[in-house]
Amino acid sequence: MGNDSINTYLVQMEGVSVKNAYVSVSKLSFSRGERLIYDDVSLTIPKGKITAIMGPSGTGKTTLLRLIAAQLDPDSGTILVDGQNLHKLSRTDLYKERKKMGMLFQSGALFSDMSVAENVAFPLEEHTKLNAVSIQQIVNDKLHSVGLRGASKLMPAELSGGMARRVALARAIALDPQLVMYDEPFTGQDPISKGVLVKLIKQLNDSANITSVIVSHDVDESLSIADHVCILAGGKVVAEGAAEEIRHSLDPQVKQFLNGEPDGPVPFHYPDESVSVPGLKGESA
Amino acid sequence: MKAIVALGAWVFNWLESVGRAGIFIMQSIFRMPTRWGESINLLVKQLYSVGVLSLVIVIVSGTFIGMVLSLQGYSILAKFGSEEAVGQLLALSLLRELSPVVTALLFAGRAGSSLTAEIGLMKTTEQLSSYEMMGVDPLRRVIAPRFIAGVICLPLLSLIFSAAGILGGQLVSVGWLGVHDGAFWSSMQQSVYFDTDVLNGLIKAMCFAVAVTWIAVYQGYECAPTSEGIGKATTRTVVLGSLAVLALDFVLTAAMFGDF
Repeated sequence: MGNDSINTYLVQMEGVSVKNAYVSVSKLSFSRGERLIYDDVSLTIPKGKITAIMGPSGTGKTTLLRLIAAQLDPDSGTILVDGQNLHKLSRTDLYKERKKMGMLFQSGALFSDMSVAENVAFPLEEHTKLNAVSIQQIVNDKLHSVGLRGASKLMPAELSGGMARRVALARAIALDPQLVMYDEPFTGQDPISKGVLVKLIKQLNDSANITSVIVSHDVDESLSIADHVCILAGGKVVAEGAAEEIRHSLDPQVKQFLNGEPDGPVPFHYPDESVSVPGLKGESA
Repeated sequence: MKAIVALGAWVFNWLESVGRAGIFIMQSIFRMPTRWGESINLLVKQLYSVGVLSLVIVIVSGTFIGMVLSLQGYSILAKFGSEEAVGQLLALSLLRELSPVVTALLFAGRAGSSLTAEIGLMKTTEQLSSYEMMGVDPLRRVIAPRFIAGVICLPLLSLIFSAAGILGGQLVSVGWLGVHDGAFWSSMQQSVYFDTDVLNGLIKAMCFAVAVTWIAVYQGYECAPTSEGIGKATTRTVVLGSLAVLALDFVLTAAMFGDF
């Protein structure tokens, strides 16, 4: 598949059509102050699949998750989640819709005044009418699924980074959400924790048939489990397609990102307008 | 011309931030809890953290201020042979002025800074975003119990400050300087009125409580999510809180005791 066909890719892998998109982003523009983060971006996240959203640091990958969850409002364009435009909902309705979503934050974001078990039980206590015994049973099951049932009484300060991320994952899936968003799940993890997280994300997605979105710049881990990949750079979607197609893409930006090459269309140096290089006046550096 | 434009922009920004802070606090306190039991637990926890943990600093400060006030008052009143009136001086100074103001300043430094830093750190570690993502309103869950606890605690702490100050003053004036015990208490009993002195002092403390706690929770919620941002927000809480207390004190004193 050539570059053009990747760029105009419609989700068609494994019989999944664009009609099956769980999240569809259309003509999204978003800026922070003077800085344009997204410029007329459109992409789709297929239902029941793992989608990896990748790109260089500072591209706005986390911002995209916050836009999907309606924590931020776009300047223009629409984002539909399961057919609903969350940005148009009232606060009460938005909070109701968010019960169908789980999010694993980069820092884990565990509540520091609650134990591991209390953290996982929190969404259940807030949003269900289950009795304490049933909640305890679900908490044990969720902690067991991330391998931390024995850590239920520990406080977040007593956990390693990898353990905190796994507890946060157990909390994110406590309400059995339809969509789980992972914000940089592999950053700062040792190889074993990375491997465990990769396996967990895949297992959860397959067993519960949830839609997963992984925002990451860890190429190998993300591509190993992703069904669908979207690469962002410079406020645009530079490639979108199945993992294998992206891996073999000839697009210079995609190749530079996947192979970690310092030279290419994505500049290593942050633009410094005060520095002029002799001999390059009027040329593009 | 530029100065006028800058002044206009500053006033505009200031008004906007006051409006935002107003909406913020209204949204925090007028949202009904979904689980009353849990909300009461959260409030009790904050009453302990904001109120009980401030007791030591309030009692110690109150006692020393009462002792100093007695020494100073006695040295002046003795010149006129009215040293028995030291009880009256002590009670009125504390109840009307010193207790609400000094307690509020201490509260801004101890509890206010702690509230701002705690909420700021929750924002920095994405705990507030986490509440939002779980469909739980952080204003109701985090801000409301802290604000209500502050408003309840400060007037009570002010009363405790007055009691500690009066006992400290009695220790110095009766126990040390030899003022007659009966005269000390009776001069106080004759000159202190519940509505003009005790109640007005409590109203002042209530107003200071709203101002200081509002500033503290708002600064924490709106701070930049960095260590520097938390530091700046904490400093702003203490500075703005203290200035608000002193300015409000003048306005309230003029309204309550000014003979216009």
